[in-house]
Amino acid sequence: MTNSDKNRLKDKAFQVFGIFCTFIGLVVLAVLIVKIIMEGASRIDWSFITSLPSRRASRAGIYSAWTGTLWILVLTTIIAFPLGVSAGVYLEEYAKKTRLANFLEINIANLAGVPSIIYGLLGLEIFVRQMKLGNSLLAGALTLSLLILPIIIVTTREAIKAVPRSIRDGSYALGASKWQTVWHQVLPASFGGILTGVILALSRAVGEAAPLIVVGALAYVPFAPTSPLDEFTVLPIQIFNWTSRPQAAFLVNASAAIIILLLITFLLNGIAVYLRNRQQKKIKW
Amino acid sequence: MLNLRLNYSKLNAAVLLGGTLLFSACGGSNNEAADSDLSGSIQIDGSSTVYPVTEAVAEEFRTEAPDVKVTVGVSGSGGGFKKFTRGDIDIADASRSISAAEDSMAKANNISYIELPVAYDGLTVVVHPENNWVKDITVAELKKIWEPAAQGTITRWNQIRPEWPDQEIHLYGPGVESGTYDYFTEAVVGKSHSSRGDYTASEDDNVLVQGVSTDPYALGFFGFAYYEENQGKLKAVPVDDQDDSNGQGAILPSLQTVKDGSYTPLSRPLFIYVNSKAAQRPEVVEFVNFYLDNAPTLSEEVGYIQLPAEMYKEQKQKFQEFTSGTTQQQ
Repeated sequence: MTNSDKNRLKDKAFQVFGIFCTFIGLVVLAVLIVKIIMEGASRIDWSFITSLPSRRASRAGIYSAWTGTLWILVLTTIIAFPLGVSAGVYLEEYAKKTRLANFLEINIANLAGVPSIIYGLLGLEIFVRQMKLGNSLLAGALTLSLLILPIIIVTTREAIKAVPRSIRDGSYALGASKWQTVWHQVLPASFGGILTGVILALSRAVGEAAPLIVVGALAYVPFAPTSPLDEFTVLPIQIFNWTSRPQAAFLVNASAAIIILLLITFLLNGIAVYLRNRQQKKIKW
Repeated sequence: MLNLRLNYSKLNAAVLLGGTLLFSACGGSNNEAADSDLSGSIQIDGSSTVYPVTEAVAEEFRTEAPDVKVTVGVSGSGGGFKKFTRGDIDIADASRSISAAEDSMAKANNISYIELPVAYDGLTVVVHPENNWVKDITVAELKKIWEPAAQGTITRWNQIRPEWPDQEIHLYGPGVESGTYDYFTEAVVGKSHSSRGDYTASEDDNVLVQGVSTDPYALGFFGFAYYEENQGKLKAVPVDDQDDSNGQGAILPSLQTVKDGSYTPLSRPLFIYVNSKAAQRPEVVEFVNFYLDNAPTLSEEVGYIQLPAEMYKEQKQKFQEFTSGTTQQQ
């Protein structure tokens, strides 16, 4: 066997190994999704989406849960998006490479790895107790914002880094200030990447139950929230609650609610992919 | 006869002060016509075991008083008491009595309260359906299995009774944070929160059902509702407390044996705790009375066991004295 034959064999072997690795994750996910859909799909109907929680599994619905999730999603976006993007822009464009910048950088990377329950405890102390927001949507959204800020900051920086140096130089050469350069050139050019990061971070936030339970999200809420200071529940908590009930019919409800939650995250991810593709087509350097 | 361990002594001074029976304004609000006028909100939090009962009551209360917003959380008995003793919530769901530390916390925050049992739960000892050797078990044997000293030493079925097989015993039980665990250890080992640590623990009782139903050498315990819903997959073990004054021999948990007190010591009361300040609001008074009126049917609908009828009457009486007492005190 010649050397190149050996290399070709290795190449083939690695390819097979790679396909195998890819499929492990996908197969597990597929089995899960198929099982959930078989169990829960028939349970989803209009009244499931518009009904309040109930002790009777057949009458129980997810109205207060999905409205709570939607509120949390919108509020978290409003809070985390400007904060995260601004912080990313500062660190990438303005911050000098000082020891402080280094320190911030390391800490943000570390924060991305902190378990979500810790953010819940932080939110409980700061937002619920110190700021006296109570078990409100706002306290929950602020907590989740903290949770996803590191992810947004990191992806914003990556997206900004991908903007070629020549674009900035061209802008400066025409006499633009740093702010004008960032606002009119860098941000539009990196916007697709930033949005993708924000949306992926949000789809993580949508699935969180633990930090929200700590902050005081409830299990039984017989109304849709009408203001950011209302009490609330979210889909993951409703699912968690149903899976621990003794009656098997609640497990079917949980499956149905999981399908809805998956649809929301797939929808968000779909938007992210669409935005990225659109931007790749639009920008030609 | 009843194993209800009501801590009357722990009820606060407010109740005692109210001993003189006054007719309170709240007592009269029971007529149906006035109910629709009620508004406001009632915040409840606490035990996940009691949650299904409270959820059912809150659901029915929606038709009774549509403008009252009742919300229920599931922070666990301990988490609920933490909020309750800070005055954050109006009513606490609890699957155990308030502890001395929690009580002094309430006192420190100037919070007085009343404890009202609303239903029973029968902790059920279960084995795999193909387990043909365990016909019954005594409390002493359960203690031998579960006490801290058993860790690493009691590992085979024949160590408990010589005629049982020489096979490993696999133990399943609720996690140490649950009220169910607290109650079981107190009733069986004699000391709350003390047991061996080498057993399969889960906060989700369905996981325990799954474990016991697939393991021929398993022994586990959890709430009656989880056994009732999975009777085909599990076998309940009759428990003998070796005290014939409350029913002879080994007794299986059932609606009847739990209710009449013969299934001791593993049947336990579930409680709600009502804050005295909250009990001055008409919507809370109405809700608690509604709770006590409907607990018998609703608790059985969600898998628990109702108290004897006269006990509900007693609780209503007690609650009325409590509300009039606090009204008088203010």
